[in-house]
Amino acid sequence: MTPHLEAYLMLSAALFAVGFLGVLVRRNTLVIYMCLELMLVAATLALVAFSRFNGTEDGDVFVFFILTVAAAEVAGGLAIIVALFRARQTVQVDELNSLKH
Amino acid sequence: MDQLAFTALSVFTLACALGVVLSKNAVNGAMCLLLCLAGIAGLFVQLHAYLLAFVLILVYAGAVVALFLFIIMLLDMQGGQPWRPRGVSVAAGVAAAALLITGLDLLAVRGRIADAAPVGHSVGSSLKLYAYQLFTTYLLPVQVMGFLLLIAMLGVIVLSRRMAEPEDPR
Repeated sequence: MTPHLEAYLMLSAALFAVGFLGVLVRRNTLVIYMCLELMLVAATLALVAFSRFNGTEDGDVFVFFILTVAAAEVAGGLAIIVALFRARQTVQVDELNSLKH
Repeated sequence: MDQLAFTALSVFTLACALGVVLSKNAVNGAMCLLLCLAGIAGLFVQLHAYLLAFVLILVYAGAVVALFLFIIMLLDMQGGQPWRPRGVSVAAGVAAAALLITGLDLLAVRGRIADAAPVGHSVGSSLKLYAYQLFTTYLLPVQVMGFLLLIAMLGVIVLSRRMAEPEDPR
């Protein structure tokens, strides 16, 4: 008895929602970034499930590209966060409000 | 048996994801993210995507989480004000989550995806097909990814240089 496609999609949606909740409620830039990664991985889970239930490899190949882009994105994003910390001495989004004024 | 493993893995993954969101300490959050990724790799194995499970552990758990931990320790954010949730943000997050799950539920009911059955290949042929697709149908995206990684590397090098000293105008 294998789980249905529906179950995988529900789990993927729940993970995405948890990541989204984290992006909205947390104030630490690094934790927000971790939650973004969580959303990305949730999307890959849905793609892999679709690929398995469709019998094609395209979803899996797409996940491969997503992982590559995620690695590049993390490197760039963390470099930006470190540069921001050097300039402002904080990573709390409440205090990074230069664009508000 | 599969159902039991799926239930256990999904509960574990969701609990770890909630741990990322709710943990007060960023290091604990990164550790929860690591466990969550391990759970997702287990789900990939259950979906017969063995290569992707391996790559996920290698790239995410090995490189991304390690990088996060490095940065957390570099910035040393142990102090700072404690995190407190805000009503508006929590309400928006819960509403978005509810909308997302309702939408997918509707899709599952209307699209009749409940009776879809897994279609599979054996492991060896799947890997061969995978490599074949990467080097035929998806050859251009592979090359674009190579350029993307190069550009990201250059960008990180430029960003991590100290930009404090003013450049002499010439």
